[in-house]
Amino acid sequence: MRSFQEKLSELESRGIRVVALSVDVPEINRRQRQKLHFTYTFLSDPKVEVIRRYDLLHAGAGPQGTDIARPAEFLIDSNGIIRWVNLTENIAVRARPEQVLKAFDEMEQGGTTAAQ
Amino acid sequence: MSASTKRNWNWSLSVGFLFVLAGFLSYPFFARFPITRDFPWANFLLFGVGGIFLLVGLVRAFGKPQTYRGKIVGPILAVLSVVVFGFFSYLIFYELRQLPSSTGAPHVGEKAPVFTLPDQDNHQVSLAHLLSAPASSASTAKANAVLLIFYRGFW
Repeated sequence: MRSFQEKLSELESRGIRVVALSVDVPEINRRQRQKLHFTYTFLSDPKVEVIRRYDLLHAGAGPQGTDIARPAEFLIDSNGIIRWVNLTENIAVRARPEQVLKAFDEMEQGGTTAAQ
Repeated sequence: MSASTKRNWNWSLSVGFLFVLAGFLSYPFFARFPITRDFPWANFLLFGVGGIFLLVGLVRAFGKPQTYRGKIVGPILAVLSVVVFGFFSYLIFYELRQLPSSTGAPHVGEKAPVFTLPDQDNHQVSLAHLLSAPASSASTAKANAVLLIFYRGFW
């Protein structure tokens, strides 16, 4: 999350809108965003509706056995088509901004790419 | 009894154990950087250094018991170190990999499932809006792409 903030200007200069999504309610997102100096958008899905729709539900993995999202990253083009997906197999290993920039550059050159 | 007090303190054992503890407790620090988080080699390095010191300490304690202390404390610290290392390895190689397979997640080339959710200021935001708005406030052209990051949450 922090690495995407650090590379945000580079991502935004290519016209990539960065959006984070979790079960946290807007109030927590607002506070965490301020505290950590994040400037991109944080969306709130406490009822895990969208998380379920993307089949990213990690049942019982949250506090007191609540449902949360598993980590995942999607690059969606301006037509709403998914052009790059990263589904990690390890909670500690997340996509890096460099991977996204590379996927975007390849997408702009007309190719398609998948991380997995 | 006076003979035992003349024996050298086996510092290698305590130093080794401290390295092992550092290897475990420094995880939150090294996890802040992708290069030491993707694979926690810095932690394993500390465990390794600790293991070498412990081994040297044990060899001294049992090989030269007239010179060095540590025949009791040595095995205790060694067993504790193995337990700490085992627990760390369990977390890294098993616990962190317990993720749903998400085979039904949208694939490359598919249309991204649409959604409308509240942002941090409680404004409703749809995927269509994200795709038609600029990527940042510094721009006026509509975004070329949306990077959607699902994360576990701060709670």
